Amino acid sequence: MEIFVTAVTIFVLAIFVGFEIITKIPPILHTPLMSGSNAISGITLIGALYAAGIQESNLTKILGLLSVIFATINVVGGFLVTHRMLGMFKKKDAPK
Amino acid sequence: MELISILNLAYLVASILFIVGIKQLAHPKTATRGNFLGALGMLIAVVATLFDRAILSYEWIAVGVLIGSFIGIILAVKIQMTAMPQLVAVLNGFGGIASVFVAGAALQLSIPKYAYAVNYQEIVSIVFSAIVGGITFSGSFIAFGKLQGFITEKAVRYPGDQLVKILVGLTAVGLGVYGCLEPTDESIYWILSGVSLLLGIFLVIPIGGADMPVVISLLNSYSGIAASATGFVLNNNVLIISGSLVGASGIILTQIMCKAMNRSLTNVLFGGFGAAATEMKDDGDFYSGKVKSTSAEEVAMLLDVARSVVIVPGYGMAVAQAQHAVRDLYQLLTARGIDVTFAIHPVAGRMPGHMNVLLAEADIPYDRLKEMDEINSTFENVDVVIVNGANDVTNPLAKTDPKSPIAGMPILDVGNAKTVVVIKRSLSAGFAGVPNPLFIADNCLMLFGDGKKATQEMIAALKES
Repeated sequence: MEIFVTAVTIFVLAIFVGFEIITKIPPILHTPLMSGSNAISGITLIGALYAAGIQESNLTKILGLLSVIFATINVVGGFLVTHRMLGMFKKKDAPK
Repeated sequence: MELISILNLAYLVASILFIVGIKQLAHPKTATRGNFLGALGMLIAVVATLFDRAILSYEWIAVGVLIGSFIGIILAVKIQMTAMPQLVAVLNGFGGIASVFVAGAALQLSIPKYAYAVNYQEIVSIVFSAIVGGITFSGSFIAFGKLQGFITEKAVRYPGDQLVKILVGLTAVGLGVYGCLEPTDESIYWILSGVSLLLGIFLVIPIGGADMPVVISLLNSYSGIAASATGFVLNNNVLIISGSLVGASGIILTQIMCKAMNRSLTNVLFGGFGAAATEMKDDGDFYSGKVKSTSAEEVAMLLDVARSVVIVPGYGMAVAQAQHAVRDLYQLLTARGIDVTFAIHPVAGRMPGHMNVLLAEADIPYDRLKEMDEINSTFENVDVVIVNGANDVTNPLAKTDPKSPIAGMPILDVGNAKTVVVIKRSLSAGFAGVPNPLFIADNCLMLFGDGKKATQEMIAALKES
């Protein structure tokens, strides 16, 4: 129970932090913000690493492998495409 | 120091990097750095985890990371900017299904223990992961299918559809409760995951194409919540923190989108925009004989004497891949001393801010892009407005007809300009399924054709004049 209360506390505080830090986001950044935060949601990868590395049974190994693959696609694809998009916004700044 | 403390400190550093990263992503000047910090946080969290003693073997991890990275890189590098909403939907879906699998693996490890004592925090979180992750996965792929044109864009409605949603939802909840009470019955978890997949399909299928920006940002939020739930399963703070950050940011974007369309979230999720409109399909009389069609040459003559021009890009422009042609037109007009700006409706395109990305891709300076609130009061001083493939966002019915499906939606007041040129392939209705009185206004000319081809013809005609 103790652990659960701590976990909920962290969860609720993090939601408040989330709301606070993204209050006035300019519309030009809506898409990159979304794909960037989407990449962060790939943090499930941490759990996937445990599932794949713990070597419990064949089923956990397979579930682990699949979750590592999917989470990695989410993480790598997300950060990379966000970077690509932001690069497009950036180069227009230079000529001025 | 113990290994576990070092691990937790590494997770703390990763969490801080995620928070600072997202904060910086919300400002144009620091966005690139923010994205980099987020990626760095992820790297630290992953590397730290690999040192955990619980991890005995690295082969499966290595194989998974290699395959995943390869697919991720290919997707990110090859994707066309017009297909960005589809990619975000797909990535979202992968994050969701990963949560389902991780929770499934966690359940496998715990079942032997549950014979003696059930850990309720864990089992409740596992069940929750299955439901949210499942909905995120199938919902995202339905959204992908709709955006890609594999499934109809239209809202798919059928008699009793709300009832079906409620029944499937209740089944999922019932199975979830049963799964918590009988955690050793493993098959329940997989049945529950299956039902959640069904639920995701039933929830997104009835939502029309115009509502996709809202749906995608909502699903983005879900993928964060699914990650957070996985954090509760594993008792891992970095998952809880980053998951809830993503959940919160997704909800904020969802709110912004709903506001831009003057609709409530309930309305988007259960209303089925565009479905009701099929009944009032325009009878053909609405436009007959009242529409003035024009040619590229005529528009070129108009532009030749104009001092200020506003271009309104819409989804039609994106579909026609016309952003580069539009850029050429912009440069040509600017070179002739004409003041050219772009009016961006908040829901132009298919995800929040998508139009800005497309125009940025074509090298149009972003200080030329004006938000709806900023530009609306200035339309009366504008000589020519070129609406390229946009329909619903310029439809005055939103203001005049309280019964129309788009009633109350803020629109771009292009009708106030001296002349409006609408580039459109036909007079067909937009996503909302209603006719647009703008097209029969006195100051409106229709230039029928594909967004890209029509723009190129205008450029050619301008160069000749």
